[in-house]
Amino acid sequence: MQWGSLSEFLAMGGYGFYVWTSFGATAFCMVWEIISVRRRHAVAIARDGDRSPVKSPAW
Amino acid sequence: MVTSKRINWFRFSSSQAFYPLTGKMIPWFAATAILAMTTGLYIGFFVAPTDFQQGEAYRIIFVHVPAAWMSMFLYLVMAGWAALGLGLNARPSFMMAQAVAPTGAMFTFLALLTGSMWGKPTWGTWWVWDARLTSELILLFLYAGVMLLHASIEDTRRADRASATFALVGVVNIPIIYFSVRWWNTLHQGASVSMTAAPKMAATMLMAMLLMTIGFWMYSAAVTLLRMRCLMLDREQNPTKKHTLVMQEAMETH
Repeated sequence: MQWGSLSEFLAMGGYGFYVWTSFGATAFCMVWEIISVRRRHAVAIARDGDRSPVKSPAW
Repeated sequence: MVTSKRINWFRFSSSQAFYPLTGKMIPWFAATAILAMTTGLYIGFFVAPTDFQQGEAYRIIFVHVPAAWMSMFLYLVMAGWAALGLGLNARPSFMMAQAVAPTGAMFTFLALLTGSMWGKPTWGTWWVWDARLTSELILLFLYAGVMLLHASIEDTRRADRASATFALVGVVNIPIIYFSVRWWNTLHQGASVSMTAAPKMAATMLMAMLLMTIGFWMYSAAVTLLRMRCLMLDREQNPTKKHTLVMQEAMETH
């Protein structure tokens, strides 16, 4: 491991803004997509009922 | 309500079997995605060494390259379902194409965004109209076209066919993106990993990148199948009931 401290890790050798914006935006988009599709699925199930015979988690 | 005279038994049976199947598959894809991304991020940030040319900025590679690969791969998957839909006139195939499109568009957007985050410190510019970047931007427009075309046509069958045809035409852009760094003199660097030559990077870097790619791939599978479930529920308004109804009708006539 090449990081001496947390602040060194966050600084990313001076490229912190670029690195963390990239990873942050990616994480944000993925989490947002999961939440929105799950919400859409919950709405559809509330309307039609879950026709899955297997008890799957509320994905 | 059955609008067409010919009952499409394939549709009922496939959707009925496919809906619970997706419910079983999604948790596995999601678990694999979490596992691959966690190890990928760990290796990417704590094991992989600093790049001697680009310093720590190169670590953007661990999201940029997988996102860019997925943007192209998902377009091929979408176009494949579109082609199958047009060839077999199968509604589930068209629905799969529509289920893939938003995730593909998201990864295209992320590839462009993380690319500009990499371009600024290494090239000194957020954006340049070189062949790789321009063709990737066109890919984003193609995804948008596939979705907007579908949304703008009210009749679902016509929307499916028009959108699928558009998706198929857009496939020509994929080899253009892939080979752009070879065909044109681009600011974008050449392939670090290619199918024909040994990778030009440290083994741990490559390992992190491949794990993140597997993670993004499994993520795409999970989220696409969940969207497919939404589409099945939305479009068919509970085909289990409909199927039972058709069965009852069939039994009553005998």
